[in-house]
Amino acid sequence: MLKVNGQDHPWHPGLTVARLLKEKNYIFHAIIVRVNDKYVPSEEYDKTAINDGDDIQAIHLITGG
Amino acid sequence: MPMKILVNEKAQEIATGSLVSDAARLYKDNADIFIRNGFPCGQDIKLEDGDRLVLIKKGEMPKREELEHLLMARHTPGVHERLKNATVGIAGCGGLGSTAAVALARAGIGKLIIADHDVVEPSNLNRQQYFVEHIGKPKVEALKEIIQKANPFAVVECHQVKITTANVAELFSTAGVIVEAFDLADQKLMLAEAVQKQMPNKPLVIGNGMAGWGDNNLLKTRKAGNIHICGDEISEAGPGMGLMAPRVGIAACMEANQVLEILLGPDPRIQSFIEQDKQNILNIKKAKGERC
Repeated sequence: MLKVNGQDHPWHPGLTVARLLKEKNYIFHAIIVRVNDKYVPSEEYDKTAINDGDDIQAIHLITGG
Repeated sequence: MPMKILVNEKAQEIATGSLVSDAARLYKDNADIFIRNGFPCGQDIKLEDGDRLVLIKKGEMPKREELEHLLMARHTPGVHERLKNATVGIAGCGGLGSTAAVALARAGIGKLIIADHDVVEPSNLNRQQYFVEHIGKPKVEALKEIIQKANPFAVVECHQVKITTANVAELFSTAGVIVEAFDLADQKLMLAEAVQKQMPNKPLVIGNGMAGWGDNNLLKTRKAGNIHICGDEISEAGPGMGLMAPRVGIAACMEANQVLEILLGPDPRIQSFIEQDKQNILNIKKAKGERC
């Protein structure tokens, strides 16, 4: 099991950041991802594996200020 | 043994058992505002060793060397000294940046690095700190002017440049904290990525989601490592969804407030109030039984 923005999400072998974002339907482009408090640049989403028990924070940046 | 106290930030010695009125008679006999350890008090209050007393005559313009201490008289003792040594970077001087910068300057942050390429235009005035007289003026210059009217002791470093991945480190590497204060999501993303790649240990406070009005309680702060997100994370500005002074102002002040927590740590007094409150609720439950 994973934590994604504080909520439980099932883990499965072969999970990457890119696949997780797809599963969560996080499709907006302005997104910041941190896995276990470490920033993952967007160009590494495909090759960054997610392990069981990881804590993922995704931040959708939205216009306004 | 006389007591050692601070009167308008000057170390003084006064007889044990003295009252506020005794100190006023000695050091400022026309004072009509008395602030002891950050809180207004009456003249008949007994002073204690180590007290910090501020004596003010209402309506009187203080000398410059005294003014800074008087401006910060309502701070919790010891806090101003810590904030005075801090540098905060403000990336963007619009609705978020202008308001956060003014709040931080009033709080006594020693140095603000403010950056924005734009000039003030009329549609800014519905939520940004500028005045009609500033229209056409570079935002960084107008903001510096406003900040220094509120706190002339804040050092303001202005950069009228477009912030890009190429100059983020150069602009903000000396700041202890960076406040993201852009309008567009793409700019927010650019800054967040650049800071995390180039200065991964630098705390970054982001404003995210504050369009529209109402729903105060949706606005919140979330922490993801050294990224602090202030806003409701859902109300995106766009056609048919405007930005207004109150909600943008709340988010901006949440950002400024988060900066203070990063610099000072959580306020220990608030933490103890929370503990007391928990204890009180437990005691009430014990006395009255559980409410279902």
